[in-house]
Amino acid sequence: MLSKRIIPCLLLDGRGLVKTVRFQNPKYVGDPINAVKIFNEKFVDEIIFLDISAAREGKGPNFEFISEIASECFIPFCYGGGIRTIQDAKKLYCIGVEKVSVNSAAIENPALIKELADQFGSQSVVAAMDIKKNWLGKYMVMKNQGKIKTSQKPLEYALRLQNLGAGELLVNSMDSDGTMEGFDLDILSELSDNVSIPLIACGGAGSLEHIKKVLEDTGISAAAAGSLFVFKGKHRAVLINYPSRENIKSILGNE
Amino acid sequence: MIVVIDYGLGNTGSVVNMIKKIGAEAIASSDPLVLEKADKLILPGVGKFDHAMNQLKALDLIDPLNHLVLETHKPILGICLGIQMFTKESEEGILPGLGWIDGQTIRFNFTDHIKNLKVPHMGWNSITPSRNNEMFPQIDNELRYYFVHSYHVVCNNRQDILATTHYGYDFVSAIQKDNIWGVQFHPEKSHRYGMEFLKAFIEGV
Repeated sequence: MLSKRIIPCLLLDGRGLVKTVRFQNPKYVGDPINAVKIFNEKFVDEIIFLDISAAREGKGPNFEFISEIASECFIPFCYGGGIRTIQDAKKLYCIGVEKVSVNSAAIENPALIKELADQFGSQSVVAAMDIKKNWLGKYMVMKNQGKIKTSQKPLEYALRLQNLGAGELLVNSMDSDGTMEGFDLDILSELSDNVSIPLIACGGAGSLEHIKKVLEDTGISAAAAGSLFVFKGKHRAVLINYPSRENIKSILGNE
Repeated sequence: MIVVIDYGLGNTGSVVNMIKKIGAEAIASSDPLVLEKADKLILPGVGKFDHAMNQLKALDLIDPLNHLVLETHKPILGICLGIQMFTKESEEGILPGLGWIDGQTIRFNFTDHIKNLKVPHMGWNSITPSRNNEMFPQIDNELRYYFVHSYHVVCNNRQDILATTHYGYDFVSAIQKDNIWGVQFHPEKSHRYGMEFLKAFIEGV
């Protein structure tokens, strides 16, 4: 039987690993290569790296550095940040990235998703969306790392990405990011009930109970977390961690 | 020396990295002369069927591969799209496959009661070996591998099937016929399970 996935979702800022709260105040938490080595040994299901400096500074992916990370990564590796062209994606696949995650570029140029899927297959293309509630409680799709509002509604946009050929959707709840207070279950349920491709939820995981809840209560395929896997304890001391296989089995039931 | 066939499609980097991690030598190449010197070949693949077959053709690799695999019987392992290219054809495209395995590649096709299963089949799933169990050493009583695909192989000869996996129904997740090996999962991304499998292919076959 196919297992639901539990995925560390890590942020890169230059060559450093950082963690944000609600997409703000990146805090340095360590060396990405070291983190990958530790996550390998913990047999994580998959790993996602998002470079928040690549797009911000308008310089695309740092291929050399990603290649260093990939060479230490014996688990599925998804990279996002600053990908704007087919050539960017092609280079990433060649250096050992399995999936590329496209966010703002897909809002500005949806055809990119289709081109990527046509050439490399849907399974290699993750469409990421950052969502946030406005003051009326309505969800909006945001771009440029959550700084700019778009006119897209999450479900319509998700279906559009699916129809363009995205193989997977990575949904970041900005309001929950780094809070460790639990996933945004309502919107995740709504999305997963209506799209047919796998959905990765990110934002809000503070405990394995949160992960259990989102995986059991919604139809999502994977739960991603940042803070949970890089911090320990209420003082948020930096400690790379991940539940053991035994632990996961006991939490998710005997899958 | 293991040669990972580099035809511009596929995560050659990951496969080479994993083999080096195991302690064997590997390079990526599309040069028929290098392929000929290899002890074993690996055909990885991430992408679309026709695009992959076109790339093999554009690099003039189809004839050399037919020769190496069918005439000199060099062991070859196809991974993901690689295993699918070993069949005669795929629903994903219109070009013929390499045709080394009597079978086809089809899209996951679920009947109504399981329609809510997502495609691609993506994530960790277990396999059930039909034979050659030594290729798949269990760890903690489990055999888990990473899959990511929307199409799968159907074998016309049952004896070519090496393992199956359940996703909506049982599909072929590994094949073997003489010197031709193929897996639908990604051993290069299946950490300890994948390492054991690749070790078995490199050392044992």
